[in-house]
Amino acid sequence: MEIDLKQPILKKNDTLAERNRALFAEKKVFVLNILASPGSGKTSTILATIEALRDEFNIAVIEGDIASSVDSERIKAQGIPAVQINTGGACHLESDMIRRAVEVLDLDDLDLVLLENVGNLVCPTDFDLGENAKVMILSVPEGDDKPLKYPGVFQVAQAVILNKVDTMPVFNFNREAFDAEVNQLNPAAPIFPIAATTGEGVEAWATWLRDQILAIQ
Amino acid sequence: MHEMGIMAGVLDSVCAAAKDAGATKVTSVSLSIGRMTEAIEDVLVFAWEALSEGTMCEGATLQVTMVEPRSRCLECGHEFEHDRFHRTCPACDNPLTELIAGREMQLDSIEVDLPDDEGETAAGAGE
Repeated sequence: MEIDLKQPILKKNDTLAERNRALFAEKKVFVLNILASPGSGKTSTILATIEALRDEFNIAVIEGDIASSVDSERIKAQGIPAVQINTGGACHLESDMIRRAVEVLDLDDLDLVLLENVGNLVCPTDFDLGENAKVMILSVPEGDDKPLKYPGVFQVAQAVILNKVDTMPVFNFNREAFDAEVNQLNPAAPIFPIAATTGEGVEAWATWLRDQILAIQ
Repeated sequence: MHEMGIMAGVLDSVCAAAKDAGATKVTSVSLSIGRMTEAIEDVLVFAWEALSEGTMCEGATLQVTMVEPRSRCLECGHEFEHDRFHRTCPACDNPLTELIAGREMQLDSIEVDLPDDEGETAAGAGE
């Protein structure tokens, strides 16, 4: 006998993501899902973003890693609430993990939650977490050909950050080719060249993010 | 990489639906997967074989229909098929287009054996 199901495979994840989204909307919290490779500077970019926006907004961070709490400790050292999620081997965050993480945050008191996904350019792209926007970070040493190899992550992002631009002189990174590849995949996404550790370019990125946050308040 | 997690979800849904129907065994499972997702057909099949072992789905055929990407031009409204990389409108060259197919991850249907099936066959043969 044939049974017709026609249901999303990730139904459980999608349902919980919608529940997260409704909660964030009710609390007027902007949630940013940050996707990137290990070592691309996700945590440094988060710290630079906090520095740029902490006077205007109440910010918290959710750190997703396979193991350890080194990232959340770096954030807490700056006086910002941080929750560490250890996925215990899973290569991406799922919406029920976010639901449990936000339970320990005071959403009434927050304007912005930065969600650092597990370092991975593939798996996290298929999982909705209920976020308002996704941003993708690529760092210069990874090479300008990454949009050709990992198109999915560049397509789902609302903005692309190119980090570590201060190392451009020592890497053979073709900025024009990179921009053309990103524009081809995702013409609506702005590209923000930054050096998170020196603060170069962070203001333009923070301005874009500020506009997104204000738009939902 | 994440295909194991995806197929674990499929296995749960399929077993639940089959049990609801009173089935004894699942013989076939059909999925639709968009080419713009990061799920790879061969890896899905491998994950399915590994995960279904020892369950009522063991030995069930996994049929994966890959859905080709389609977009609609936000300028002229033209709808067109494309590959993973090139989404510029072929009619008016506008780069701003909206993806209307290609990100599907759907469990379409399953084929199951019901206890009655065997009974009917046996009764039919006896007449």
